[in-house]
Amino acid sequence: MTLPTRTAASPAPAPRSPAVSERERGGEPVLSVRDLKTHFRLDEGVVRAVDGVSFDLYPGEVVGIVGESGCGKSITMKSILRLVQPPGRIVGGEIRYRRPEPVGEARRRYKPFEADLARLPPQGRRMRQVRGGDIALIPQEPMASFSPLHTIGEQIVEAIRLHEPMPKARAREVAIAKLREVGMPSPEQRFSAYSWQLSGGLRQRAIIAMALACNPSVLIADEPTTAIDVTTQAQVLELLKRLQADHGSSILFITHDLGVIAQVADHVVVMYLGKVMEQGPVSDIFHRPRHPYTRALLKSMPSLHSEPRVALPTVAGSIPHPLHRPRGCAFHPRCPDFMPGRCDVRVPALSAAGGRSPVACFLHHDEVEGGGHDA
Amino acid sequence: MQPGSELVPVEKTDRVPDGAGESAEVVAAGPAVYVAPAWKLTWWRFRKHKLAVACLWVFAVVALIALAPEFFATQDPNATAASNAYIPPQTVRVLHEGRVTWPFVYGVRGERNQRTLRMEWALDEETRYPLRLFARGYPYRLFGLIPTDRHLLGFEGATGRDTPRLLGTDRLGRDQWSRLMYGTRISLSIGLVAVALSTVLGIVLGGVSGYFGGWVDNVIQRLIELLQALPPIPIWLALSASLPRTWPVTWVYFAITVILALLGWTRLAREVRGRFLSLREEDFVTAARLVGASRSRVIFSHMVPSFTSHIIAAVTLAIPLMILNETFLSFLGLGLRPPAISWGVMLQEAQNLQSVVNAPWLLIPGLLVIVTVLALNILGDGLRDAADPYSS
Amino acid sequence: MPERNRTTAAARPPEATVPAAPSPGGAAREARGPGGAPLLDVRHLRKLYPIKAGPLKRTVGHVRAVDDVSFQVHDGEILSLVGESGCGKTTTAKCVLRAVDPTAGEVLFRLPNGEVVDVAKLSEGQLRPLRSQMQLVFQDPFGSLNPRKNLLDIIGEPLLVHGVKSRQQRMDRVAELLNLVGLRPEYMHRYPHAFSGGQRQRVVIARALALEPRLVVADEAVSALDVSVQAQILNLLLDLQRRLDLSYLFVAHDLSIVKHISHRVAVMYVGKIVELAPTEELFHRPRHPYTSALMQAVPVPDPDKRAALRGLPGEVANPADPPKGCYFHPRCPFATDVCRSETPVLREVGPGHHVACHRAEELDLPGIDELERVA
Repeated sequence: MTLPTRTAASPAPAPRSPAVSERERGGEPVLSVRDLKTHFRLDEGVVRAVDGVSFDLYPGEVVGIVGESGCGKSITMKSILRLVQPPGRIVGGEIRYRRPEPVGEARRRYKPFEADLARLPPQGRRMRQVRGGDIALIPQEPMASFSPLHTIGEQIVEAIRLHEPMPKARAREVAIAKLREVGMPSPEQRFSAYSWQLSGGLRQRAIIAMALACNPSVLIADEPTTAIDVTTQAQVLELLKRLQADHGSSILFITHDLGVIAQVADHVVVMYLGKVMEQGPVSDIFHRPRHPYTRALLKSMPSLHSEPRVALPTVAGSIPHPLHRPRGCAFHPRCPDFMPGRCDVRVPALSAAGGRSPVACFLHHDEVEGGGHDA
Repeated sequence: MQPGSELVPVEKTDRVPDGAGESAEVVAAGPAVYVAPAWKLTWWRFRKHKLAVACLWVFAVVALIALAPEFFATQDPNATAASNAYIPPQTVRVLHEGRVTWPFVYGVRGERNQRTLRMEWALDEETRYPLRLFARGYPYRLFGLIPTDRHLLGFEGATGRDTPRLLGTDRLGRDQWSRLMYGTRISLSIGLVAVALSTVLGIVLGGVSGYFGGWVDNVIQRLIELLQALPPIPIWLALSASLPRTWPVTWVYFAITVILALLGWTRLAREVRGRFLSLREEDFVTAARLVGASRSRVIFSHMVPSFTSHIIAAVTLAIPLMILNETFLSFLGLGLRPPAISWGVMLQEAQNLQSVVNAPWLLIPGLLVIVTVLALNILGDGLRDAADPYSS
Repeated sequence: MPERNRTTAAARPPEATVPAAPSPGGAAREARGPGGAPLLDVRHLRKLYPIKAGPLKRTVGHVRAVDDVSFQVHDGEILSLVGESGCGKTTTAKCVLRAVDPTAGEVLFRLPNGEVVDVAKLSEGQLRPLRSQMQLVFQDPFGSLNPRKNLLDIIGEPLLVHGVKSRQQRMDRVAELLNLVGLRPEYMHRYPHAFSGGQRQRVVIARALALEPRLVVADEAVSALDVSVQAQILNLLLDLQRRLDLSYLFVAHDLSIVKHISHRVAVMYVGKIVELAPTEELFHRPRHPYTSALMQAVPVPDPDKRAALRGLPGEVANPADPPKGCYFHPRCPFATDVCRSETPVLREVGPGHHVACHRAEELDLPGIDELERVA
């Protein structure tokens, strides 16, 4: 692989993924989260970790969920996979999953499936089938996700056989094929390696191979590049994009890194303190952000092209604890466009009224959460 | 960018702590939390464990008894009366002839069985001794200083050798209740003193081992391993058996304490060493070093306070072990011996099956051992959970 | 549309940003110190960690954490050490501060009276007075403050250790320092758990400044903070540098932050400096393939510039067993025979621009401007 030199012609841009057209065509989403509410009932009060989150994920699309600590992106992910433990509980909303029809040879084995995951018993047979078989997780810390006592090959084989009974030998072949597909060098040897024998980048590839083991239609990537170096991160992002193009899978990409979102996502959901502040196509979010939080976040990031050693525009204050949720709009104490009497009294609904993509801000509409309009 | 648009009056966000950093209980406690030192936070966390708090009260009661056993006793615990042997407990009642009355105790009448020549005791429902609080009884010195004759419990109409025995009597006619009260002092204090000694040993040796590392650590760790590998029971037997029989009670008491402490410091030393090793790597310790703090300042001002609550928890968990050890030794006759009174010594009377069958109330000291040990264990667990900020 | 009230900025509220123009003398001050010796002169610094194996714990090799590193920091200058994991930047910083004892090399520091001492060779006692001259800002705001001490004790400790016995004097100075970093003086009675990550980092900075040091080493000082808070702290660091005429040794892995804040940048790879140059020069005209590759790998927060993201093949070399010759050659697309056999030395190829590459003069590598041409 050569680095482009100054005089080389610019390479062609990456092809636009077909999924954008799927969403625009008005097709069926694979995953449809509506008004999801996951609350933690503690002695001190109720922590509304996820408080009315809605978004859709279409086939072949990458949706990026971006937000800072305490925004609820991790709990959203856990709620989708029904991994939330007490005292946390899904108290409202629905998570509608519709298994998409695969293309090509897998079509023969396709069994249609559609359910509201929020209503399924979390340890029941159907949810366990969905978990790993339909919706797979690429976790943040690959070291913590592999058992140190078994080789990675054994663990991938176990994942395969849990979802599709087959003889061990065949599962081993499938596993090695997956390792090869994620770009693991010498996959036959690496099959028998332990996770702690691999470097960070290879471990990340191994965990992606395990996630792909059962050909899921949805991949949830939970901060997959936070713990690795930037050059390895670029490799992993490249890999994810290629896999997505090859398999047509949808990816829910959770991160706090706006740069990564810009590179991989088709559609972006911006979260703050358990609510969606804004969502839309990635170019809209980056070039025409509407919510003051999104705008402030984008402006406060130093980039390679910003002017050096000049004070960055910042968002004052810090993220409040969910127990001390501000009245009205959660962002109003820090908002430069705060309107007293409105933003601190009513909660703006996530509404597309007044524009193209939904935004939760009274600057752009006056719909209030729970229905109705702000006078 | 306009100057006004990025700045916000800070008052609104000023008092709100960060979401990611703190636990809900800290956040919910409100502004008082900001100036609360760590021990207060630990206490607040501890208070939420209702069971542990209850055990704290139980322990407080036991400790109170240990401080002033004479106040809680009703008779001289060493007063023997052969004719009063094996009297069953004269329990406090509130029902007399179907009516609720002021708490009282029935008297007992003894008859010698002509065949077995043993005394048989029966309740005498004719005689009633009402319970009196803060009554006069036999004289003593409170805390060894203040002469008084007030006791918590007393009985109207009965004095001296007729004083009711709330928990019965033993083979020598001694009042079990009073002996139990006196025994609490010895049993508890041996546990506390032994733990105090082993704590000092443990902290010093564990701290030296953990802070300095290297060959010092090596030597001390091997010593700990050696001591832990020794089977404790034979060692105790040997050490106790080597104590001269002619020693007075107090000397035996201290010797037992020292023996227990010498063998018990290893657990604490290991914990302290572990804490030191992990604390050495903490950023705030490095910060103190980089500021130029002297080594002793780093150890005593930064590292030691960090694990004080853990030490308290570990100590609280070590006390019941010591109590059990002393009880065990004395029960076997290898620890304290009469005329000393401890729970273990009392349990010696219950060593044979005959006593247990004929006078099961002799096992009550065992009950108190269980209650105290349980209470201390639960209390220690609660303290440890409260002190560990990562357990939630 | 309802009216918008713009909140007016309170006069100098705490935690506010200070929108500042670049200081007038800044440009002149950037290049070199006042014509004389640099503040910090690191020469051929090495730190090797022995690898022990076998029952007798014999030394079988060394981890070359810092492998012949030389650089200078001048008065009023911000020099960044940037690189990926294992490159040795943190270990270098620790050696400079003598938090760790170097294996070899010199760390020459210029005292206020003009005398130059070798920090690496001083004894503990001799180091004490030097501690007031250079301080460290840690990465983890939660671990670097003793949770059992309040701010007065934490920030006042350096003062106490260096002889300020009067409590009133300490309180005055701590109040002054808290104001300086944008926190209220009343906060000195509070404990660390009362503060957010960003606020704690300000406390860490206040402590570092207590003794009026001339050199501040910042070890990933903003990496553990939320994005919206990073900008606040970066602004604060820049502001303090200007006001107090400090020099920074800024250790980081994030290139965007490094570009924003530094006057000069040193890129490290597996214990060596591969390139050292003024910021603008390094980013627009990189001369080492690794530097160029790093820039190519940073995800640009612009969804229209996707094809620009490129990773490097292979993994970061193992500092315990680095390749022969140039450590970077296995991953370098321009490697030739000489690269595989001879280790390059850091040499000057332009004014102030040092590179460790045999082919520095021949190669024409893309910098950040070339990223823009792709779309």
